[in-house]
Amino acid sequence: MKRLAFLLMLLTGPALAVLPSERLADPALEARARALSLELRCQVCQNQSIDDSNAPLAADLRRLVRERLVAGDSDAGVLDYVVRRYGDYVLLRPPMREDTALLWFGPLAILIAGGIGAFVYLRRRKLTVEAALTAEEEARLKAIVERRE
Amino acid sequence: MKRLLFILPLLVFAGVAVYFGFGLTRDPSKIPSALIDKPIPEFALPEIAGTGKPALASATLKGEVALVNVFASWCAPCRIEHPIFMRLARDNAVPIYGISYKDKAEDSAKWLRELGNPYKAIGWDFEGRVAIDWGVYGVPETFVVDKAGTIRFKHVGPITPDVLNNNILPLIEELKRKS
Repeated sequence: MKRLAFLLMLLTGPALAVLPSERLADPALEARARALSLELRCQVCQNQSIDDSNAPLAADLRRLVRERLVAGDSDAGVLDYVVRRYGDYVLLRPPMREDTALLWFGPLAILIAGGIGAFVYLRRRKLTVEAALTAEEEARLKAIVERRE
Repeated sequence: MKRLLFILPLLVFAGVAVYFGFGLTRDPSKIPSALIDKPIPEFALPEIAGTGKPALASATLKGEVALVNVFASWCAPCRIEHPIFMRLARDNAVPIYGISYKDKAEDSAKWLRELGNPYKAIGWDFEGRVAIDWGVYGVPETFVVDKAGTIRFKHVGPITPDVLNNNILPLIEELKRKS
């Protein structure tokens, strides 16, 4: 009984928005459709992919992605089809282009600039070692230490 | 000089804070349309029986400045903006075309019988496929199309008097003047 329950548990999949009726019969195409759906933003609930979202528009777009794949589009072709209608905003991963270079490489540039700044600062600080104590300070220190003992 | 170096991070932070502060005042649910200055998509939608208005296809929208409004009877904000379209139609300000989005034909027809019908032609997009070609992600959406059939402006959400007077009407006047 326990073993049966365990086996049944293995059969369950994760809960997803994709309805069984939306799936394609061809597993290879369906896998591509799923991968593409994860790349596309649902415009209604904006931080979900259309693969996650239950919004009617997301369901429409999932169907559209599958239709384009069945029609023979490449993965890039399908994404392009949607981008032409909804703009770059539908891509959860922004494309790497000249006008998005700051987005992609800005953080790295700041890290490098900060790293260089920190490096220079630390180097310079090491060179200016604190001067040794004066005789007067030495005597005061000795007095304090002796008092505590 | 050295003091300036210490103040610099603060200045940079202030600059970034102001920039992002303005960013926060923008509505993230408004997505800029990818179709501005692009030709309208090719489509042909069936008519809605009982409205007495012809069907809508891309060919209908060429040759004149027009408004295209995506609506549905189940859409509450559409009800809010409807009187504005009624007034525009009565004043003959601009031809208005409707796309009924994911709505039963009889519901759309009933809605227009009750509230009045400002549209010159109406296309019935029950599947919402043509709306995807227009980049629609929520109703109501309104487009300004110029004489060449190019999309020049898009408004998401109900048209307010403010948007109408400051954006749509001046643009229509400007587009009408151009040949």
